[in-house]
Amino acid sequence: MTSSGLALVEVIGVEKRFGTTRALRGVDVSLNAGQCLGLVGRNGAGKSTLVSILSGLSEPDAGSVRFGGEPAPRIGDIDRWREWIATVFQHSMIVPDLSVAENVFLGSTPRLVSWRELRARTRDIMREWGFDIAAETPCRDLSVEQLQIVEIARALARGAKCVLLDEPTAALERQAGLRLFDRVHQLTAAGVAVLYISHHLEEVFEICQDVAVLRDGELVLTAPTASLSKDDLVAAMVGGVQHVPSGDSAESGESGQAGRSSESGPRGQSRSEERTEAEVLAVDDLAAQSPRGRVSGVSLRVHAGEVVGVTGLLSAGVATLGRAIAGAEPYAAGEVRMNGRRVPSGRRDLAQRAGIGYIPEDRRAEGFVAHLGVAENATMTIARQLSGRFGLLRPGRRAAAAAPLTSRLHLVSSGPGQPAGELSGGNQQKVTVARTLAHRPSLIVAITPTRGVDVASKELLLNSLADVAASGACVLLCTDELPDLAICDRVIVLVRGEVFTEFGQPPFDRDELIVATEGLSGTTYSAAHATAQEAAE
Amino acid sequence: MTSNQSPEGPVGTAVRSAGEQTPPSVSRGAIGSWLATANVGVLREVALLPVLVLLIIVGTVVSPAFLTVSNFAGIGQQSSALGVVVVGESMILLIGGMDLSLESTFGLAPMVAAWLIVPVSAYGSGTDLSPYLGILVLIAVGAGVGLVNGLLIVKGRLNGFIVTLGMTIVLAGLQNGIVKAQTLFNLPQPFAYLGSASFGQLPVSLVVTAIIFILVGLFLRYHRTGRAIYAVGGNPAAARAAGIKVERIKIGVYIAGSILAAIGGLMEAGRVSAVTGQQGYQEGIIFSVFAAAVIGGVSLKGGRGNMIGAASGVILLGIVQDILDLANVSNYWIEAINGAVILFALVLARIVGGESTAEER
Repeated sequence: MTSSGLALVEVIGVEKRFGTTRALRGVDVSLNAGQCLGLVGRNGAGKSTLVSILSGLSEPDAGSVRFGGEPAPRIGDIDRWREWIATVFQHSMIVPDLSVAENVFLGSTPRLVSWRELRARTRDIMREWGFDIAAETPCRDLSVEQLQIVEIARALARGAKCVLLDEPTAALERQAGLRLFDRVHQLTAAGVAVLYISHHLEEVFEICQDVAVLRDGELVLTAPTASLSKDDLVAAMVGGVQHVPSGDSAESGESGQAGRSSESGPRGQSRSEERTEAEVLAVDDLAAQSPRGRVSGVSLRVHAGEVVGVTGLLSAGVATLGRAIAGAEPYAAGEVRMNGRRVPSGRRDLAQRAGIGYIPEDRRAEGFVAHLGVAENATMTIARQLSGRFGLLRPGRRAAAAAPLTSRLHLVSSGPGQPAGELSGGNQQKVTVARTLAHRPSLIVAITPTRGVDVASKELLLNSLADVAASGACVLLCTDELPDLAICDRVIVLVRGEVFTEFGQPPFDRDELIVATEGLSGTTYSAAHATAQEAAE
Repeated sequence: MTSNQSPEGPVGTAVRSAGEQTPPSVSRGAIGSWLATANVGVLREVALLPVLVLLIIVGTVVSPAFLTVSNFAGIGQQSSALGVVVVGESMILLIGGMDLSLESTFGLAPMVAAWLIVPVSAYGSGTDLSPYLGILVLIAVGAGVGLVNGLLIVKGRLNGFIVTLGMTIVLAGLQNGIVKAQTLFNLPQPFAYLGSASFGQLPVSLVVTAIIFILVGLFLRYHRTGRAIYAVGGNPAAARAAGIKVERIKIGVYIAGSILAAIGGLMEAGRVSAVTGQQGYQEGIIFSVFAAAVIGGVSLKGGRGNMIGAASGVILLGIVQDILDLANVSNYWIEAINGAVILFALVLARIVGGESTAEER
């Protein structure tokens, strides 16, 4: 939608492919001076690709980017690009050992640095925009919020006419987020265009005049926020129901059904009936903080034979919760109890002894020792049980103990001695799962266990977790891959580190889950969805 | 050394990485065929074997005295003290650590023990401690140094390089300080026995060192804790996630390494029948210790290496030193040549040993 010639930034018919995936398919976006445009979409909808094209980091396969009606500078001419558009990335691009002034002028310092001038110019910018950070402070002493201000100041120092904010509130506390909104208003009031990318739809409604929705690489909706309801926006993101509030278009897209697994229904239901099973894991008022996100005041129960899912947005603290329960991360407050006995904070070894198995999020970092063999990795958790008198471990015994696990998981290797580092990603993940199954835990904490794993292995891994539950143990599945939740009996949704809601009955409606992870109450949307479906019938 | 202990010794299909992987199939066939395959497995691990053979040929050419029992007994006796320290350092390298202070423990521990043992007339402290208790003191000094290093590095999360560099200077200072830079002679027989006695032509120190290499080698290969050492060095986060007590193992290895350095010091003191202020730090033995371990394929990044490699590294350095002595190389040049030969051996071992001796990129 190319609009008037006034457009500051224009994206026209942009296409981008990665191998066989079409990340962007003919996307048009335009942004005027003083406008704040929200850009929303699910993970994988193409937002990051668009951000990298707009930041001048990658080139579109087709289509063009225009600044003020002129073609954009070529890729790589970062300096000229930054005069138009500057990006504040999700992950801080601040060098912690340098001062605020140096970071503000990072990459644009003159050949001979005049410290006095650098600081004076930084102070001018801070004063002009009402920011309150001393130019000589080392950036390592700043809070996340202050670091973001430094990044915004950097954009302003280059005179960028458009600022691109990529998930700016992901790492911020609520209050800091509100202050950020004031700053965005300040920018737009001064004629700077802002492209605001967020998973939190309520923020988009709060500060954006217009919103653009990407779905599967296509721009499916661009409209003033005032004309939309949250339900419309979710519908546009998820697909299926059109944004027209009347709900006249009724086909519910195939994606809407993807999360429902018909075969999980009966099993799940039978489980929830026998909820009288013994309580295995009890978590009370847990608070923990890590770079992966923060959780506070989380309480939950997991019973024998149950598979409980925990999901939420990337920053919602799902992984932190799982790691804290598994003892891989210390918790600051609260209590974790296994079968009534307290599990101390941050002691993975004691948690394992208490019967907590742990499938880590990042298998390369925590899942296996690369140059030790498959069998040794798979039996690492049971070295004590396998070793005979004097702690001696016979390699043959190790291989024999590993064999049933590896064959059950269809782990392909040249033999139990093959270094785990030589295996494919999916097989490495199987080594990690085998290692966990080996010590027969009464609870398995699995964090995104199917990430980066092919479809067949995915199925196998999930089934093996379901089998564990069927044999009387229980599983806490922490993941943001919604289809994986099909094996769960209950799903707990975290928003900003707190329990937002719980889905007690499978099958779980994928759309409702998405709505919940966005921190919106699902009722209104699902009602609209239901009417839409009725209309179809 | 695996051959007499492991009924399921490495089979011919053993994968790279110097035999840390223990192959699958249990070959319980005829003893003869098992011996054959096991030998291949062991030989495979001695990446330095061609280099050693080459050196022995060179030595034989250089001097007729080289290929004699007495000469090799001499090499063994001279190298055994170093060898014991190399075992300690290799274990510390395996957990991904590094200990420069082993060379000072090598000097300080026997100095403290000897100081407590010898009479005042020989610059002793006057306690006239029993030599047997002295050996216990020696081990306690080693354990104490290792514990302090381990706590500072693991619990205090300080940089191991700097901690042990500081420690090595402190310990060397203590070594000279307590005896005011005197040399302690007249070591009683029980204290000097380990380094000086021999069974016929076979030095006791060589036998003890060989036993230490074998025991530690077997421990690393077949003991639960030994395997945990490889896991901790290879990927501490994965080891922790598998319930291994990473910190405890690391501290334990620092302690074990320092105790071994103290025992090496005891051998050296017995061999020269004195404890000098130079022993250890001022001789700069840590260079030889690291060189032997690394030439033998023990990775400075942790998790890779074994005692067969470390032992061949020690033997190689011993033979090089011996050849230089026999060739009457001028004292002015001996250091330069020694260093050059070590570099050459390192390159050769890398070429011969293939990937398993390569540092990771």
